[in-house]
Amino acid sequence: MPIRILVTGLLLAGAWLLWSGHNDALLFAFGAGSVLLVVGVSRRMDRVAEAPRVYTLGLRPLAYLPWLLWEIVKANLAVARLILDPSLPIAPRLVRVRALQKTPLGQTIFANSITLTPGTLSLEVEDGSVLVHALTAESAAGVLEGSMNRRVARLEGEG
Amino acid sequence: MTDLTGLLSWVLLGSGALFCVVGGLGLLRMPDFWARAHAAGISDTLAAGLILSGLMLQAGFGLVTVKLVMVLVFIYITSPTAGHALYRAAHAHGLAFGADTRLETEQVGEDRGAD
Repeated sequence: MPIRILVTGLLLAGAWLLWSGHNDALLFAFGAGSVLLVVGVSRRMDRVAEAPRVYTLGLRPLAYLPWLLWEIVKANLAVARLILDPSLPIAPRLVRVRALQKTPLGQTIFANSITLTPGTLSLEVEDGSVLVHALTAESAAGVLEGSMNRRVARLEGEG
Repeated sequence: MTDLTGLLSWVLLGSGALFCVVGGLGLLRMPDFWARAHAAGISDTLAAGLILSGLMLQAGFGLVTVKLVMVLVFIYITSPTAGHALYRAAHAHGLAFGADTRLETEQVGEDRGAD
């Protein structure tokens, strides 16, 4: 898809010029090299992954992100408390959670949200379920309770 | 910059640095690879967010703050993606879980059911 490659390259070049703010030959050369590298890598990725699709989430992430950030803050404080506790009261466990999302993008957002909140890590996403490593019983219960799961599923909308 | 934003900025930078130290302490204290990864998450998320927010207050409105926001956005996308690749590789190659890890892998979250 040559048009996709061209658009990707132009967007990347625009982003580079905007963020660099320098006009000398050396940095232009670095920019051109970076753009070519990224375009080349993403072309290779197209060959191993399924055909790329454009998903539109609209403005729905605006409601999800503040909620996620607050979850991240709470999870961070909980894990920091565990680390600072002299007895290190952790109880690691593995749990498998069925992902309620229907699209690969939704499942990626769910798995990444799990990993972003300390206390839970996503190890693998397979057959529509996520294998999660949880640091304590409470963090495992938090994932199984499912409010993050449902919110990310709602993020997908009906599309 | 008013005194208040300066003060707030230093509170954010200081607490971000503090959480970096806590994350590092966790890396040392945790018993196995998996538990250490949770501790590393503190530096990647809360500490990075606090420090970058503090820097945004230092920079004020402008291109520098836009760049800092983009740095934060990219960290929040790339760090769990890279983390997932690392954990998946470790899991796929059979890295052992700590002896006290409960392997209740069959537990399944609430299903959406018939609706």
